[in-house]
Amino acid sequence: MSDNGSAGDGTSRKNHAGEEAALSERMRSLEQKLEQARAGTEKNAKADGAPSGGMQGMGLALRVASEFASGVLVGAGLGWLLDHFLGTTPWGMIVLLLLGFAAGVLNVLRAVGKVAQPEERVKPRPGVKSGK
Amino acid sequence: MANDPIHQFQIHEYFPLGNFAGMDFHFTNSALAMVANVAVVTGFLYFATAKKSLIPGRTQSIAELSYEFVASTLKSSAGTEGMRFFPFVFSLFMFILTANLFGMFPYFLTATSQIIITFALAMSVMLVVVGYGFYRHGTHFLGLFVPHGVPGAVIPLVSAIEVISFLSRPISLSVRLFANMLAGHITLKVFAGFVVSLASLGVVGVGGAIVPLLMTVALTALEFLVAFLQAYVFTILTCMYLNDALHPGH
Repeated sequence: MSDNGSAGDGTSRKNHAGEEAALSERMRSLEQKLEQARAGTEKNAKADGAPSGGMQGMGLALRVASEFASGVLVGAGLGWLLDHFLGTTPWGMIVLLLLGFAAGVLNVLRAVGKVAQPEERVKPRPGVKSGK
Repeated sequence: MANDPIHQFQIHEYFPLGNFAGMDFHFTNSALAMVANVAVVTGFLYFATAKKSLIPGRTQSIAELSYEFVASTLKSSAGTEGMRFFPFVFSLFMFILTANLFGMFPYFLTATSQIIITFALAMSVMLVVVGYGFYRHGTHFLGLFVPHGVPGAVIPLVSAIEVISFLSRPISLSVRLFANMLAGHITLKVFAGFVVSLASLGVVGVGGAIVPLLMTVALTALEFLVAFLQAYVFTILTCMYLNDALHPGH
């Protein structure tokens, strides 16, 4: 607390100090309110994580279909590439198509929340601080 | 031709841009739509925030709301650390949202109904995730594919499946956005086409045309919802993938 020296008599200085105390009191209460508001928005953001609307059915269908199809497609693509460059026709395609099918099922299960995301499923070992 | 539901997605070349690396580049209607998108978003945000009044006006409110919306989405799924990607995520969201909404104007091309556009967007997301993941965590980033608590014998199998699942992300991300926009616009066009062809049948036809007309009106509203929802879904999945890059389960 630094005065600019001009405050000579005691009453004005006391007033000054009182004002400052009131100001810091107000600031503290404001900060508290802000903190509460922040916590509230965070909670809200967590609560409405899933988009809701009349389109839910079709949206979910398109989402699940694309998740599954993309898994199989990537498997097939990788298999084709492997065969093309290593000349292992047809084994690369067979194996990777099957793996792609599994990945597609995994994608779908993740999309509907039956299997945790890679980040959540992995439990941090005791003693190792998780990145979160 | 007027009744062809696919006609709206055709690409026309306006003028050539030149020949680079053996490929012909043209300025197309798709490019024009995207340039217009970017110009509208940038111009809107610039003018909306130019005044910077404490009590926001209507346009400033919209700009602030969009900021708040994307920021809270990013924070809730990637943590406060994810805010370093805010410019990237916000640009993606605004671009996809305006591209989707531009498609709702008659005679405008929906840029996001072209698979190559959505795929390029999804690939840019995945490149950021992989690049930042390796930059930040080095080889630890590969831990994403090796879950703990799995018996050693099946780790190769599980890792292979995880890798394929990871590689399929950009495809599912791009196909979802593209398929939603394409399917929605085709449905809209088909129902609108019913109105025309029924109305040409005479008095009974005009009476019957009311049903698809109502359907078209309802579908238009639905399309506006889908336009927003798909931009949101793309954004939230981007945030989840960025979360993987920030904390690869370790």
